[in-house]
Amino acid sequence: MKESKKIIEFKNISKSFGDKTVLDDVSLYINRGEFVTILGPSGCGKTTLLRILAGFGTADSGQVLINGVDITDVPPHKRPVNTVFQRYALFPHLDVYDNIAFGLKLKKVPENEIDKRVRKVLKMVSMNDYEDRDVESLSGGQQQRVAIARAIVGQPTVLLLDEPLAALDLKMRKDMQIELKEMHKKLGITFVYVTHDQEEALTLSDTIVVMNEGKIQQIGTPTDIYNEPQNSFVADFIGESNILNGKMIKDRLVEFVGHEFECVDEGFGENVDVDVVVRPEDIYIMNRLDGAQITAKVKSCTFKGVHYEMFVDTDKGYELMIQDYNAFEPESEVGLIIRPADIQVMKKERTCNTFEGEIVDETHVRFLGENFECKAHGLEAGEKVTVQVAFSKVDLIDHPEDGMLSGDVYFMLYKGDHYHLTIMTDDGDHIWVDTNDIWDKGDLVGINIAAKDIKIVK
Amino acid sequence: MKRFFAQCYIWLLLIVLYAPIVFIAVFSFTESKVLGNWTGFSTKLYSNLFTGNMQGTGSLMSAIENTIVIALIAATVSTVLGTIAAIGIHNMRGRGKQAITFLNNIPMLNPDIITGVSLFLLFVFLHISQGYVTVVLAHITFCTPYVVLNVLPKLTQMNPNVYEAALDLGATPFQALRKVLIPLLKPGMISGFILAFTMSLDDFAVTFFTRGTIGLDTLSTYIYTDARKGGLTPELRPLITLLFVGILILLIIINMRKMRSSNTAAE
Amino acid sequence: MNRRSSWALPYAIFLVLFVALPLILIMVYAFQDGSGNFTFGNFTKFFTDADAIGTFALSLEVAIENTILCILLGYPAAWILANKKLNRSAVTIVLFIMPMWINALMRTLATAELFHMLGVQLGKGTLLVGMVYDYLPFMIYPIYNILNKMDKSYAEAALDLGATPWQVFWKVQVPLSMPGVTSGIMMVFMPTVSTFAISEFLTNNKIKLFGTIIQENINSSMWNYGAALSLVMLVIIGITSLLQDNKEEVGGGTV
Repeated sequence: MKESKKIIEFKNISKSFGDKTVLDDVSLYINRGEFVTILGPSGCGKTTLLRILAGFGTADSGQVLINGVDITDVPPHKRPVNTVFQRYALFPHLDVYDNIAFGLKLKKVPENEIDKRVRKVLKMVSMNDYEDRDVESLSGGQQQRVAIARAIVGQPTVLLLDEPLAALDLKMRKDMQIELKEMHKKLGITFVYVTHDQEEALTLSDTIVVMNEGKIQQIGTPTDIYNEPQNSFVADFIGESNILNGKMIKDRLVEFVGHEFECVDEGFGENVDVDVVVRPEDIYIMNRLDGAQITAKVKSCTFKGVHYEMFVDTDKGYELMIQDYNAFEPESEVGLIIRPADIQVMKKERTCNTFEGEIVDETHVRFLGENFECKAHGLEAGEKVTVQVAFSKVDLIDHPEDGMLSGDVYFMLYKGDHYHLTIMTDDGDHIWVDTNDIWDKGDLVGINIAAKDIKIVK
Repeated sequence: MKRFFAQCYIWLLLIVLYAPIVFIAVFSFTESKVLGNWTGFSTKLYSNLFTGNMQGTGSLMSAIENTIVIALIAATVSTVLGTIAAIGIHNMRGRGKQAITFLNNIPMLNPDIITGVSLFLLFVFLHISQGYVTVVLAHITFCTPYVVLNVLPKLTQMNPNVYEAALDLGATPFQALRKVLIPLLKPGMISGFILAFTMSLDDFAVTFFTRGTIGLDTLSTYIYTDARKGGLTPELRPLITLLFVGILILLIIINMRKMRSSNTAAE
Repeated sequence: MNRRSSWALPYAIFLVLFVALPLILIMVYAFQDGSGNFTFGNFTKFFTDADAIGTFALSLEVAIENTILCILLGYPAAWILANKKLNRSAVTIVLFIMPMWINALMRTLATAELFHMLGVQLGKGTLLVGMVYDYLPFMIYPIYNILNKMDKSYAEAALDLGATPWQVFWKVQVPLSMPGVTSGIMMVFMPTVSTFAISEFLTNNKIKLFGTIIQENINSSMWNYGAALSLVMLVIIGITSLLQDNKEEVGGGTV
């Protein structure tokens, strides 16, 4: 990608609201004419980033460039971008025509020119004949079309779309996706699209930017993102996946679900813990057991319209999700095969909880704002140490008030035989927990750590 | 049967409530100086009222004029001040918002006499001689909270993005205010204005304490002084009747508009 | 966003100057003697003056009686008006609201004249009746509003659970309409306890209420004593509005 192709550039954008960091040193550029989707769960910072681009919000630090010009301090009405808002934000006191003509009238465009351009965009969004309608009398889909027409009539260099289809029903959403894609081709301008809907992102985009917790997780084409997720968050967020703990035995050989598999990944080293992603449609399922890499027993089988979705228990006690065009009866014994190219190996982001701590006395260490009992013989009080706690050694309990710390379940991954949870403590720290208990996202929990499980490293 | 008794109760209450006014209205059409003494049908009191052929009419006319002018000024200023304030308050957070909302509620909660006395002391304290200006300021004080209260809900109902959408389409903040925000707030501003106007028209206590000693009279203070002199000047009967009919017509218009707009909304 | 919050600034200054400062001045003047020295004298004067205390007690009594009468007469009326089965016409509602729009002094004068013509002796009785006349609409309106907006499914749910219509009324509708009653109380009690002109008209100046004493003192330049009396009234008002706040929190979810 050459320099000159860049139309938008974010340089080291950071933003926080109070204590909460919403954008954490985000740098990103977008090429001219691309359809770029910023994808992530709610609260990941995607809308904030878009608002900074439109000029409705200001970053605490960093720069925004359009066409190489720094527009960080340019007010929104002077920026060459237009926005399609989530809930349309049509002006309820103006009719369809006047809504669309609003910006042109402000720019003192001649009357006949306005008329020509308004009719042209109305035709483009198939809303001709609706000029005189009151916007509040329109259906959601029609309001959406007017909002798009209003945003493109001023011929912006960049069109920003903030979850524009979120309020529409499924059928309408699918239709609008196709129309947006066609409109992008026809107009040839850059689209920056914000959504939490991964399917929408995969369908529409040239490039997807996956965000989580104020950071960019991965940038790539839809195929890249789907086939080669760079971490377990992306793997889980995009599409369905089996995410499993594994061990890279050596180059091109990985072990997971209790078996060794050939794979195509190299350069991880020997006997290194890794995360392994296998898409449910990439597991071959058959009635034959000989020649299979894994044998398993079908637990459940549900028809999903095109394919069947099955959960199986493997011979070593792991649960896998499988999608196939054929149905396999529950309780039946099946054989499974996974091709080397379909195994995606990822470096583990972390292998245990690590906290900054300080020794209080011989039997206590302070971290996460609490004093924990531990064995700290031979260490001076006040000494700064690193505290390690294995994922599986963190106890979660139902009643937040009974725990040393309290927090809520922020994110969860199923790893075939256990859950890997991210707990957000009340102070905003993260603790990762491996557990067999079933929790739901948002559950309030108490957190305890036994003295013997606290490992202190100088 | 239940319905019959219920209707009886309602209408009985209404008849009793309206008896004094109806009674005044009836006796506005006779010349008698004393109420309740019917001396035959006459519109003389009405013509007296309009031609000024009565004792002290000059001051009555100027009291009416004062009442209307003060109400118009107070309602207009309150509407402007209150609308701008409401937009500001809507965009505030935390303690500042709490504090200003609290202060805004005080004139509505305070009895008129407290508002009157406190403003009287303020003008005394600041050595401002009391008269027309102080009355207008006092009226603005108790009218503006009602405007704020009428405009704020319109702001919360509004899609928070419309102002930004206007900026996005190239409007300067001032243009966005004039072409988008004000038109959308208009219904709240109008009802705020009407409320402020009637509050000002009705006021007696606050005017009484802030008008000073220059002999400024509004209708309320005029009636008060007049009635204390002993008995009601007969010409006030047609005036009360006319005001009553005027308000009746105004309310009918407002209610018909309301019904019509809710009908069109339902279509 | 932040820049638009500064639009409240002119009004904030206005409020401080014309609302906060005047109230502070009441307090300052209340604790000063005529030459500006600090004193509790105004309050000792009030609390040792049997006449003043008597007037104060009478004002409270009249205000409470008036409020109770308004609830007793107004609640059934509001209930009937809000009940579609008992009242279908919107006209009656407008008729009940309309007096709120008419100058209270005029209505009071008309009432006083009516008493006069009927030959009723002006006194405490006429004062109470006249006040009920004046303030009944202010009680009916908030109660009607809340009853009218009340979700019918509460009553239906109660009926479904086996409550008799009488039980539904007392155990569901009355508790849920309490916020309306409390704001009615505010709208009736506060003006009655502080009124001055109305009582003068309705009793032909025979009965003085607390408001009248405040007015007389201020008018005869006894500012400090007048301010002290106003402060006493402010305390009463403050207590009443606290009462409402607490009640509103209880019934807050239903509004």
